[in-house]
Amino acid sequence: MAALDNREFIQTAIDGHRHLDGALLPALHAIQDGLGWVPPEATPMLAEALNLSRAEVHGVISFYHHFRTTPPGRHVVQVCRAEACQAMGASALEAHAKRSLGADFGQTTADAAITLEPVYCLGNCACSPAVRIGDRIVGRVDATRFDALMAELREEATA
Amino acid sequence: MNMTVYVPMDSGAASLGAHELAQAIASEAARRGIALELKRNGSRGMYWLEPMIEVETPAGRVAYGPVRREDVPGLFDAGFLNGGCHALALGPTESIDYLKRQSRLTLQRVGVVDALSITDYLAQGGFAGLRRAVRMSPAEIVAEVTESGLRGRGGAAFPTGIKWNTVLNTTADQKYIACNADEGDSGTFSDRMLMEGDPFCLIEGMTIAGLAVGATRGFIYLRSEYPDAHRVLLAAIETARETGYLGADILGAGKAFDIEVRLGAGAYICGEETAMLESLEGKRGIVRAKPPLPAIEGLFGKPTVINNVISLASVPIILAMGAAYYRDYGVGRSRGTLPFQLAGNLKRPGLVELAFGTTLRELLYDFGGGSASGRPIRAVQVGGPLGAYVPESQFDVALDYEAYAAMGAMIGHGGLVAFDDTVDMAHMARYAMEFCAEESCGKCTPCRIGSTRGVEVIDRLMAGEARGKQLALLNSLCDTMERGSMCAMGGMTPYPVRSALKHFPEDFGIDATQAA
Repeated sequence: MAALDNREFIQTAIDGHRHLDGALLPALHAIQDGLGWVPPEATPMLAEALNLSRAEVHGVISFYHHFRTTPPGRHVVQVCRAEACQAMGASALEAHAKRSLGADFGQTTADAAITLEPVYCLGNCACSPAVRIGDRIVGRVDATRFDALMAELREEATA
Repeated sequence: MNMTVYVPMDSGAASLGAHELAQAIASEAARRGIALELKRNGSRGMYWLEPMIEVETPAGRVAYGPVRREDVPGLFDAGFLNGGCHALALGPTESIDYLKRQSRLTLQRVGVVDALSITDYLAQGGFAGLRRAVRMSPAEIVAEVTESGLRGRGGAAFPTGIKWNTVLNTTADQKYIACNADEGDSGTFSDRMLMEGDPFCLIEGMTIAGLAVGATRGFIYLRSEYPDAHRVLLAAIETARETGYLGADILGAGKAFDIEVRLGAGAYICGEETAMLESLEGKRGIVRAKPPLPAIEGLFGKPTVINNVISLASVPIILAMGAAYYRDYGVGRSRGTLPFQLAGNLKRPGLVELAFGTTLRELLYDFGGGSASGRPIRAVQVGGPLGAYVPESQFDVALDYEAYAAMGAMIGHGGLVAFDDTVDMAHMARYAMEFCAEESCGKCTPCRIGSTRGVEVIDRLMAGEARGKQLALLNSLCDTMERGSMCAMGGMTPYPVRSALKHFPEDFGIDATQAA
């Protein structure tokens, strides 16, 4: 049932973007924005609609860090690993995040609440270290602040 | 008359609580029965003061910061709406030393205007450049930009006017303007600030570029890491269309130009211009061989002007004030101003727009206030993850393109990342190789394989395994990457590595004579 819904959603996303020049990226963004990931059935559907080979579509999905081929947790949390954040303790924050969530980069917590990802620069270099939660950027994050933010996310989920 | 309070909606200020602060101010005003107009401006770029709010008074705008939610009732009690005294008072905004000492040309309106108000934009001189440009011939516009001395602010520093001239002189049924808004360099955020704080300036710059070369369509290739800039750009483009600054008939001059925003997807290499073109075409962001130049065969095979955000946003003032006005800032062949971005371990991080020719020491100490940790600043990475690490002995070299190139460094996009003396430079050199391995597009072998081997060699070097041999290997590998890579990704990754080795050999367990 869920797969069928996915198919319908993917088709709508494709139809909404196929008229664009270079439509593949905008279509993929629409799919991931709506479903949280790019399910495997999207590949043949995109190939068919955009007159591309499945290999070409797969090549694009796998090239870009942003696109996910497994479903994420309820929240996606990105920790910046770039130099400006490193200069202010990002490596320690990264280690803390992995330890406290019990998840490595690319993994989701056991309660399916949080998917942890690395990111290379959120443009918040003057307020480093920075993290992104969904579309929200948070600056000057240390271990304590990180734990408080994660607790907030989990509260939202249970509320 | 309503009281006006400015609270930035810049994502840096928001990352420190500006949205919650705006709400708190609005509800406190409502509670006290005060009519208030809240304007959402960009950031003035003084991030240690964010969220910094400003109040319009008869004597001009006065600032308070950094303001937390719990400070709000106290500010009202102190009469901040009339510029009242308070512990967080910073005085008239324009008199704050950090801001007063800058030459704000490109970012003159950022933090001043409500970013999405076209009325504010016009009131601050917006579209004066475009008004002049619609009355000029394409060749005249190109000549004005050429005479200004503007060079690409994205990294390669190629003269903008010459690039435009190539596109102008290439015949085609369709030409494009492609704005490279894939500012992925760590320590850089001037594009983000400009797009979030003064989006109409970029729209105006792109439109002038379109008129100059005969392009009717523009794309902004925006990194997906900038969700706020995305929202602001989409809204501003819509407003510009509704008011006749974009569309089929720009300012009634019978010329067409329109802009689409396209999101990247987290690939650093797409900041390289030809990889960006591939990505815009919906493909993997793999570097193209040059020639052909994108100016002749670019997006979808058509002549394309590719400039980054700050280059295009510098064009309106050049057209409004004339080439000479802009050119008179700067030194040598580095003309005009550059927004330097101070990041990393600094007491007063932020954006400082200055003419070329200033020095790192001035930026790090006079503006940046030294390190945030209070320890000595040991190394500064200039120009992003592919930029060299500059040691203190070189802090007095003038920031101009040629002087930096002469010492094996580059100014790039103007990002500075400061590290204190706790930094492990061998770790930073290893990170540069690791980043290249992670982000290489994979098309050419020196970059794809060289970066992976680079991590391994540095690991062996650090483990103390036959140091002399590893060092020779690392140097040879760096040579191969520099000379054999197709683009700057592989070609410049050796910059941070070699500069770390050269200036901080002790971190690698070697002495200076071995490093050279």
